[in-house]
Amino acid sequence: MIIGMMFGLEYNEALVLYGASLLGAAAGVIGCFAVLRGRALTGDALAHAALPGLCVAFLWYGALSMPALLAGAAVSGVLGIGVITALRRWTRIKEDAAIAIVLSVFTGAGVVLLSVIQNQRASGQAGLQGFIFGSTASMNFQDVMLITGLALVALMVVTAAFKEFKLVSFDAAFARAQGWPAFAIDFTLMLLIVVAIVIGLPAAGVLLMAALLVVPGAAARFWTDRLHVMLILAGLFGAAAGLTGAGVTITIAIPTGPVIILAAATIFVISMLFAPRRGLIARQREDRQLRQRLTLPNVVTGES
Amino acid sequence: MTEADAYRIVWTIVVGSLGATACALLGCFLILKRLSMLGDAISHGVLPGIALAVLVSGQVGGVAMIIGAMLFGVLTVVLTEWLSTAGNVSEDASLGVVFTSLFAAGVVIIAVFLPRAHIDTDCVLYGNFTNVPLDTFTWSDSATGIWSEIPRAAPPMLASLALTVGFIALFWKELKLAAFDAALASAMGFSAALLHYLFVALVAACSVTTFEAMGSILVLAMLVVPPATAHLLTDRLWAMLVWAAGLAVSSATFGYALASQWVFNTNVAGMIATVAGTQFALAVVLAPRHGILVRFLRQWRLALRIAGEEILGSLYRHEEAGRVGAAVSLHEHRLSPWIVALAFARLRRRGWIERLNGGWRLTAAGKHEALSVVRSHRLWETFLGKEFELPIDHLHAPAARMEHFIGPQMQEELAAQLQEPHLDPHGKQIPSP
Repeated sequence: MIIGMMFGLEYNEALVLYGASLLGAAAGVIGCFAVLRGRALTGDALAHAALPGLCVAFLWYGALSMPALLAGAAVSGVLGIGVITALRRWTRIKEDAAIAIVLSVFTGAGVVLLSVIQNQRASGQAGLQGFIFGSTASMNFQDVMLITGLALVALMVVTAAFKEFKLVSFDAAFARAQGWPAFAIDFTLMLLIVVAIVIGLPAAGVLLMAALLVVPGAAARFWTDRLHVMLILAGLFGAAAGLTGAGVTITIAIPTGPVIILAAATIFVISMLFAPRRGLIARQREDRQLRQRLTLPNVVTGES
Repeated sequence: MTEADAYRIVWTIVVGSLGATACALLGCFLILKRLSMLGDAISHGVLPGIALAVLVSGQVGGVAMIIGAMLFGVLTVVLTEWLSTAGNVSEDASLGVVFTSLFAAGVVIIAVFLPRAHIDTDCVLYGNFTNVPLDTFTWSDSATGIWSEIPRAAPPMLASLALTVGFIALFWKELKLAAFDAALASAMGFSAALLHYLFVALVAACSVTTFEAMGSILVLAMLVVPPATAHLLTDRLWAMLVWAAGLAVSSATFGYALASQWVFNTNVAGMIATVAGTQFALAVVLAPRHGILVRFLRQWRLALRIAGEEILGSLYRHEEAGRVGAAVSLHEHRLSPWIVALAFARLRRRGWIERLNGGWRLTAAGKHEALSVVRSHRLWETFLGKEFELPIDHLHAPAARMEHFIGPQMQEELAAQLQEPHLDPHGKQIPSP
């Protein structure tokens, strides 16, 4: 932030740049596990499922109280995840349908509660709207402190439980067979995602959070087969997207969130095309070389 | 109620039901193909199509917007599939990448090129049912009063429902096959892929025509929730479609009634989604065959029967060894003590066992029942020993499981095949009735 101000940025602009890139980094790192665990869309569902909790917390306290809103959002997010798990486990409803049901019904209930709040003409209702759609450009000091906290917690938890997370991400059944508390580890991972979403919501909104959890991780996957490299890359990609998006919208007046998503998407496309081994161009070249080597004359003469 | 009120109520419910039914019918196939989140992705991914169409045609609404939406709906799906096959990205991750990026592109296009276009984010998400009966056109000069006016939202809804019903009727066989066995469908020679893209285009068209009134959240809710509820209630495709349509109509009706009449003035689209969710929750618990309650009861009755048969068999073996009035312990069976206690109470009530010196004794009727259990057990041991040549110490465990599922008919068949054996491989008597 101080560096940003040295470049002649205003305090608010520096704050937004710092917050957006840090949020991108934290969400990118945490999102890697969601991508690897096949839960890319759970983040989307979770971000939506937080809405009724937000509204109930607002109705309860009657004013915008950050801790209450965050707690409400987290509780209903976890409830949503619980419902998805229960439906998959105890009914014939498949996971995709369970996610879509939780997403739409929780949001529907949230919208009803929101209209109740609007009918009451409670003060601070405009702030609640911002909570849902996100207002990256008007990020305040409190948001940035929360995001910094999130990034630190994410860094600590991922470093401390790196081995456990790695095991559960790649082979949960093996982890269980080896006697690891796979469920608890999995739950910790989910909790980390919930916390990231809840903290990111006021600054980023539902859709940007869903994107930040998936796109950097999926892009990083092209470059490497090693988890720690993937985590670092995803963090960098997320930060770069946040920085670019926020930077562009300081100069041009367009909404920040979508531009961050587009920046992340650009990184994704570049990764998909140019990554050394898993990238599209590299794989195409490999295919061509293999075909050439296997053409009839070469095979017959035994040359390679 | 004034005539104006009646007009408002009737038309809101009619428009809501038409849109909800069209979505729900299409949604049945989304659920069965396990593509539910595609509904969410398509309803976001069409935004750049809508924006571009508005940009090119210069007006909000109209055919251009629907075509733009259909193109980008299909593009969403094609891109997702391409990412997951060519790019080796998992299917859910590629869906997440594609629809968020397309939606963001749409928002940016609108912000840059159409800063003055009337595209209200609140409306896009939550719908605008209250506006439905207000924005009308005249359809007939002969009708009198307000009923000569029809809401503008109605014809597109009716058209998308008609298109959906027509599509399903026309491709009924193919859709059914593709929904349950896409590989077989391709092997049988019709292009499952082409049908799939047609279907996706229809979902996109339906989303865009319905979401002006319903909002994107309710479109997704209607695509997924009534079909999932129907899926819990029936195993037949046509019945599932009928249920889904019925549930969609009842969600729209009760949702509107709740939002406008009983629970003062809340958001209609949100309430319809909530009612659909409540119906789903009820079906999860109470559905006749796939409900949690019925499945729990089924398991519980099975456990009770097995516990009872274990008690009878155990007492029979004790009495066979001359220990009449023995205490029965079922420790090795890992049955819950509640189930065991209930099983004892049930056997006693039926008059199959009675108390004797602190233990239990079989009555005559009980002995008859117990004999059948032990006969099943020992016949199965004999069968395994003879036909599968299992070693003698491997016979008891499988027979202890199978004894509960061998009825009188199978007993007869086993006995006949084994030529009416009298002794099992352990040398114990096989009792016969």
